[in-house]
Amino acid sequence: MGVGIQVNQLNAWFGATHAVQDIQMDVTANHATAIIGPSGCGKSTFVRCLNRMHETIPNARVEGTVKIGETHVYGNGTSAVEIRRRVGMVFQKPNPFPTMSVYDNVASGLKLNGYRNRRELDEIVERSLRQSALWDEVKDHLKKKSGASLSGGQQQRLCIARALAVEPEVMLMDEPASALDPISTSKIEDLIFELKQNYTIVIVTHNMQQAARVAEFTAFFLSGKLIEFDKTEKIFTTPGDKRTEDYITGRFG
Amino acid sequence: MNGSLLKARYQPDPAAASSPLAETTQVPRRKIHLKSSRLADAGFRYLMLGCALSVLAIVVLIVRELFLRSTLSLHAFGLKFLMTQSWDPVNGDFGALAFIYGTLVSSLLALILAVPLSIGVATFTTELCPRILRGPLSYMVELLAAIPSVIYGLWGVFVLVPILRQYVQPFLAKYFGWTGLFGGYQFGIGMLAAGIILAVMIIPIVTSITREVMSAVPTAQREGVLAIGATRWEMIRVGVLRNARTGIMGAIILGLGRALGETIAVTMLIGNRPEIAKSLFAPGYTLASVIANEFSEATEDLYLSALVEIGLVLFAITLLVNIVAQLMVWSITRGSARRAAV
Amino acid sequence: MPNQYWWRSFKDKLMVGLAGMATLLVLLPLVAIFGYLVYRGIGALNWNFLTKIPKPVGESGGGMANAIVGSGLILLIASLIGVPMGIGTGVYLAEFGKKRFGYLVRFTADVLNGVPSIVIGIVAWSLVVVYQRNFSALAGGVALGIMMVPVISRSTEEMLLMVPQSLREAAWGLGVPQWRTTLSITLRTASSGIITAVMLSFARVAGETAPLLFTTLGNQFWNFNVRRPTAALPLQIYTYAQSPYDDWHRQAWAGAFILIVMIVVSMSLVRMVVSRGVFKGGN
Repeated sequence: MGVGIQVNQLNAWFGATHAVQDIQMDVTANHATAIIGPSGCGKSTFVRCLNRMHETIPNARVEGTVKIGETHVYGNGTSAVEIRRRVGMVFQKPNPFPTMSVYDNVASGLKLNGYRNRRELDEIVERSLRQSALWDEVKDHLKKKSGASLSGGQQQRLCIARALAVEPEVMLMDEPASALDPISTSKIEDLIFELKQNYTIVIVTHNMQQAARVAEFTAFFLSGKLIEFDKTEKIFTTPGDKRTEDYITGRFG
Repeated sequence: MNGSLLKARYQPDPAAASSPLAETTQVPRRKIHLKSSRLADAGFRYLMLGCALSVLAIVVLIVRELFLRSTLSLHAFGLKFLMTQSWDPVNGDFGALAFIYGTLVSSLLALILAVPLSIGVATFTTELCPRILRGPLSYMVELLAAIPSVIYGLWGVFVLVPILRQYVQPFLAKYFGWTGLFGGYQFGIGMLAAGIILAVMIIPIVTSITREVMSAVPTAQREGVLAIGATRWEMIRVGVLRNARTGIMGAIILGLGRALGETIAVTMLIGNRPEIAKSLFAPGYTLASVIANEFSEATEDLYLSALVEIGLVLFAITLLVNIVAQLMVWSITRGSARRAAV
Repeated sequence: MPNQYWWRSFKDKLMVGLAGMATLLVLLPLVAIFGYLVYRGIGALNWNFLTKIPKPVGESGGGMANAIVGSGLILLIASLIGVPMGIGTGVYLAEFGKKRFGYLVRFTADVLNGVPSIVIGIVAWSLVVVYQRNFSALAGGVALGIMMVPVISRSTEEMLLMVPQSLREAAWGLGVPQWRTTLSITLRTASSGIITAVMLSFARVAGETAPLLFTTLGNQFWNFNVRRPTAALPLQIYTYAQSPYDDWHRQAWAGAFILIVMIVVSMSLVRMVVSRGVFKGGN
């Protein structure tokens, strides 16, 4: 099952740019939390801090504490690799491995970590593809088709399956549908709806309807700061902050 | 603020709640134990760092070995080594001047022949020729670079030299003999033959780098010049060549570096006589050729040491030339290939 | 001003014509060399040439079998040194070398690429031959291996930088460690480009003669010991071309033909395989 995330006094920089400032936030286990806000407000950087992807960028820096379940993400004894195995991530643009078949893409997280049991791999691949609602479309040419030969929406679901296969506890989604057509988008949204029963989901989106449809909680970011964080319904009906209201009613951004 | 209106717009979709996938997601999760990777990561990083360090180490070793093995000659002759012309293994008197002269003259001759041709080819293939011909023409020019030096030498000895002796040299002597550059015996072999073969050998590198910098000139520059009513040639001269000149200069100097260090083909064609003669028909000798010819025969310690010092001089000259060229090309390409967009 | 326009248009045609002429003039030696090589080479080629070792001076007949095998041996040693070091350096530059040290390495590699091959020969002699007290295939392999490093490292770096960052992030996001990501994702995605670079560097050093002159020295007989003087195809061509014997000249042409066929075939093979994408499919 998913675990909760506690974020305390989180700050992140790109060189001299202070991209994320003093974030304090508790993400509830087995629910979906949406992060909304205008472009450049630090929402992507924020989620990339949760699985230590931020530090892969040259000159990037993070301060503060993040706890995934009981584990300190930035603790002394914690390795980034271990965190990323427990926290899956889906990126804005689908990024399947072009040199691998559909099967190998899904199995990649396990295979590249030295997992070799053929029969179990087969099972995990099928289950992950079923979970991501892609199984029926690819089952006939699992090992023949390259991951890159699928359509954009299929590729994104393949990436979700790939992330699910390592059995994470938390799933981070960085605008997973922004590069997709409406039909693929609705499939991805249905999927998120399913997944949140078993996973803690944090989804970044610039699409407010999407946040309202899939998430129980919504956080509004502006200029690197967390302005408001509450139940989705509350944020979209009676926001507590004027800036939130301005944003969701489309007055700026 | 009308709360109910917002609520209507953002109502969660109830249909999504009942999906047929509900049961497949209820698989109990199993823990997979995966090996820790921190050590492996650090090890990998240091292994790659070791490879990178070895590149530095190789260059340091080159300098060290050259100095180490030429100590004897460095002490015996000092700076005089660069300024005297005698090369007398029997009496142990060595000077590199004739070789430095031969190296510089043959390389400059090569540049004079190669540069206009290379720029012509680069211009033709990037700006003028039909699109279908571009690929094959560039491929053919690059094929010239794949021919080994020894084959250039072989071809030079058996094909180029007879042609020079029978047709080209009498012609040059008759019409341009008054310059003093084309006098004396017409052996075929000599400075001119070496210069020509060097020119053919450096044309591919000068052409390909020139082509690269020319195609890096933005199309807008070309269109801007065409729009004010320029002809094609004016567009190339003003819009392309002028913008690319630093890079082209770098390409030329890089070609010079290649020519200075070229060994085998030159050795087979230049005549191998340590003389400083005005005529391009006369035989000469280069730094690289004297090493190639005499190194394995040199038995005296001082003789060997003098040959290594020749190597040191050659290394120093090419190093200087290459650094200058590199800085010029780097000023355009910024040193490394640009990272592809994410 | 019709007069001035006439002049400008004339100049335009003249310069365009000159550029075309330059191209033809440059292709002339290419055609001449390849044509003559095929003409003389095929005529001189026979079964003995490929299977026999050289006859003593002055006797006709014999072949270059030992030199062909010797070249293979030397190139094998060179690849064992140059390929891993070159790819390793390229990986370092692309994946870790963002700082000032990376620039230093990059610059040094470019400098090393410009060092004349004969100077590399002196260094290999100084490092191997002097200590071993013997000319050897090993010394020649070291010289050629050193020459391969900068070529391979710079093209490997270039190919790795063309792999989109999002692929690395995808692997990291799955909890795949850096070393595994580099080996199984980044290098594998760039593999066709890197194989091309390796083959091109291989083709470049395969014809090198200068650095072998006083490292492997040459040998008239069979030799499979890496610590002994060894025959090499370019060396044999060089020696025979400078001899006064007609039969040796013929053999030099045959040797040159074999050498160029080996180089051109390996280059074209790479081009073909890469463009068909054999290395790109799944496993």
